[in-house]
Amino acid sequence: MAHSYTPGLKVLKKTIFKKERILPLKGDVLVKKGDILNPETIVASTNLPGNVQMLKVSNILNIDPKDVIEALKVEEGQAIKKGDIIAETAGVFGMFKSSVESPVDGTIESVSQSTGRVVLREAPIPVEVDAYVSGIVDEVVENEGIILSSNAAFIQGIFGIAGEKRGDLVLVSSSPFEELTAEQITADMKGKILIGGSFLSLEAYKKALSVNVAGIVVGGFNYFDLKAVLGYDLGVAITGTEKLNTALIVTEGYGSIPMSEATYSLLKENVGKAASINGATQIRAGVIRPEIVIPIDSANTDSDSESKMPQGIQEGSTVRVIRSPNFGKIGTVISLPSELNKMESETMVRVAEIKIDEQNYLIPRANLEMVETDE
Amino acid sequence: MSKKIKSILATDCGSTTTKAILIEWKEDRYKLTFRGEAPTTVEAPFEDVTKGVLNAVMEVEELSGRTILDGDKIITPDNGSSGVDIYVSTSSAGGGLQMMVAGVVKSMSGESAERAALGAGSIVMDVLASNDGRLPHEKITRIRQLRPDMILLSGGTDGGTTTHVMELAEILAAANPRPRLGQNYKLPVIYAGNNKAQESIRKTLGEISDLDIVDNIRPVLEQENLEPSRDKIHDLFMEHVMAQAPGYKKLMSWTDAPIMPTPGAVGSLIEMIAKKENISVVGVDIGGATTDIFSVFEGKFNRTVSANLGMSYSICNVLAESGLDNVLRWVPFDIDRSELTNRIGNKMIRPTTVPQSLEELVIEQAIAREALRLSFIQHKEFATSLKGVQSERTISDAFEQSSSGQSLVNMMELDLLVGSGGVLSHAPRRQQSARMLIDSFMPEGITQLAVDSIFMMPQLGVLANIDKDELKDDASQAALEVFDNDCLIRLGTCITPVGSAKPNSKMADVTLTFNDGTVKDIEINEGTLEMMEYPYEEVKVSIKPARGIDVGAGKGEALESVIYGGVVGLIFDGRNRPITLSKESSQRIDSLLSWSKAVDEYPKGEMF
Repeated sequence: MAHSYTPGLKVLKKTIFKKERILPLKGDVLVKKGDILNPETIVASTNLPGNVQMLKVSNILNIDPKDVIEALKVEEGQAIKKGDIIAETAGVFGMFKSSVESPVDGTIESVSQSTGRVVLREAPIPVEVDAYVSGIVDEVVENEGIILSSNAAFIQGIFGIAGEKRGDLVLVSSSPFEELTAEQITADMKGKILIGGSFLSLEAYKKALSVNVAGIVVGGFNYFDLKAVLGYDLGVAITGTEKLNTALIVTEGYGSIPMSEATYSLLKENVGKAASINGATQIRAGVIRPEIVIPIDSANTDSDSESKMPQGIQEGSTVRVIRSPNFGKIGTVISLPSELNKMESETMVRVAEIKIDEQNYLIPRANLEMVETDE
Repeated sequence: MSKKIKSILATDCGSTTTKAILIEWKEDRYKLTFRGEAPTTVEAPFEDVTKGVLNAVMEVEELSGRTILDGDKIITPDNGSSGVDIYVSTSSAGGGLQMMVAGVVKSMSGESAERAALGAGSIVMDVLASNDGRLPHEKITRIRQLRPDMILLSGGTDGGTTTHVMELAEILAAANPRPRLGQNYKLPVIYAGNNKAQESIRKTLGEISDLDIVDNIRPVLEQENLEPSRDKIHDLFMEHVMAQAPGYKKLMSWTDAPIMPTPGAVGSLIEMIAKKENISVVGVDIGGATTDIFSVFEGKFNRTVSANLGMSYSICNVLAESGLDNVLRWVPFDIDRSELTNRIGNKMIRPTTVPQSLEELVIEQAIAREALRLSFIQHKEFATSLKGVQSERTISDAFEQSSSGQSLVNMMELDLLVGSGGVLSHAPRRQQSARMLIDSFMPEGITQLAVDSIFMMPQLGVLANIDKDELKDDASQAALEVFDNDCLIRLGTCITPVGSAKPNSKMADVTLTFNDGTVKDIEINEGTLEMMEYPYEEVKVSIKPARGIDVGAGKGEALESVIYGGVVGLIFDGRNRPITLSKESSQRIDSLLSWSKAVDEYPKGEMF
């Protein structure tokens, strides 16, 4: 049977979800292999080097850079407090001295005789990494962090904003075709993750922000509304660092697009359960898609759907059209002709014959996405 | 003629695709005979670049019937039916080479350092300078955030004051930057500044970095010396950056010449062509994320990377920087603006899709025009004569108001404009590529247009750079012959008179004399675009511009030259410069439709 490989987004009912939880710099790992983790468990911590202050001692004291050493009252590596004298001139018969005080608490990192500058390092900044999802420690990466493993349902979105959030899943839209409106968002949804249908307006997102909803999963959002949320035009899809209380995960794309049936029903099945979500997206080499992880209570999991080899598009596969015309529609592959076909644009491409609502269409294979499920 | 090199295998490992080409000596010249491609395998689950290379080479094997691989080894030398004489490769996989540069004065040593890094094929993440307006702690935070592959530090003329460049070195030391790939090696730093500061630089940076010292990039204000820095960047790219990337140690052991960063190889090829033919060249490669522009004017090579102007990953940034109105001015039909922005957004998040409908194609090509236009503006601003140079001014200079730091890019001087990248190379009609190049670069006078059909320039560039004595002559001959005969698709020549002209007035009379002796007269009128089909053959041309109009010989001065046709033909562009479109919608649409029709740009139907 002819088939073509088109990577799709994952919608998995039950999988072994693995995640690296790694420090930005080397440090201490606080858990060991096999430990059971809550999302809040701190798994590793370290200290980032503190901020640096540079003092132009030679300029302040009006002396030559090479004379700075003589004027110093401290040594390299010495701890100092704010207000401590760092350097002082001898003055005239001990009078008319001028001096330089430390503007911060920290240590003297270095002294330069070429430029007459003294470098002060402020106190280290502690950094901690939590588990993010409940599970167990599968592997310890020495001095760096861990790899966590969890039995979970796992869904990828196409695009998201804001980083990691946690909350219980609440179903708001009663079908994948329904818009999630501002009126439906109420104060008791604080800290929850809301499941919407086809669309979320800017007004509804703002309402969610105002009641501190933890996250929203929805089919579509308008591209031009992102500017009002982010404060700038989103030029490249690299997100995750936005300081927003409500993470947004769009599962289908920009515009009003019904959430795929598989995604919607899996979310619906898990209503009331705790989920961890991350809106971070990076569409470049090393693609990162936003994710929804719902840990499942089952000690022994017999199906590991993620480890299945990705299947290419085959006759009978369910696919979604990801570019106009027919954008967002779901269909079934009828055939995969091997020869190139000329499109209306005169582009010569490999196509798939797709049945959508009882009608057949020829669509470039590059414009199709596998709807990957573990059913 | 006996050749030392009878066959060459060359690959380019891009961020998504690895492309292999086979060049063979046949019928007294080097020819591109077969090509293959396969997905790049730098990332999980493969994490070994050589797998993608082997897959691409296997495709070449299948098509050519020649055995090139023995297991996962490339068979050398060529023994008639199997093996190849040399194997070379370029790479931009894993984000290419990412650098940070620093100089004392931003517009002087900072810019020279940037030029060296760009010329070597790097992406410049930031330019630090003593006078860039940032406080030391802000610079330190920035260095820490960026995690470059290497840093180039310059500043000061030889023997001059060392204070400022030492301040920069101290900032670097305080930041103690980490390299992007691997936590276990020191970040490579190249020092190319004031030679008097070398000892102090060693003391400050020697411990915390892997320091290399090369000749000053700006030994005196009036002179730029980029070569030593560029060469050192290439060496370090191999030794450090490539050696950390998955599978590259193995790949490096296979190649007969050092692996070059892809844009570095393209640049060196363009530089070589311009030198050999004694012409001015502009080359552009528009990709999904970035647009690279290369130029050679007055013998000076420049490269710029517009890091966020591209056709998929950065398509929304094109929209943000140019504005929706500027994109829509190239679209000859009305469209709902909010629906259009959603469509463009969807291309960004699903970057591999292709335009199926004609409407989608027209919109995509409108965006390409703006991406190219903006990238070229950035290039013109960067490709300048040296800034900060004092020169003696004569009375005539004073009248011309010339100063240092003027752009070297002179569209009237441009001889050859080469486009590559999906939207230009794979446009369904070559006329569309020609139109996109003309509308965005706005060539003046006589300019030859071409596209690199399968983006072969990287492989040819690395071939042209082979420096083993016994191989280099054959290798550079192969690079040039394949470039001339197989790499470029000649679109044709564009003739554009420029100057102040009234609407619809005559701008120039053109007389064409063809090889068979026939003669044809053409009138170029303001506001019009005309095309004449003619193959890639010589045509003698005589142009008489109207008063106040220039085609290259000066205002009102006649010009005689030899031009070439191509797959599109000869284009007569009377749209003056810059090309302006009416603010009034129906007039603008009329103009767009008539220009499209004149060059047979799109299929005839409801829309055109």
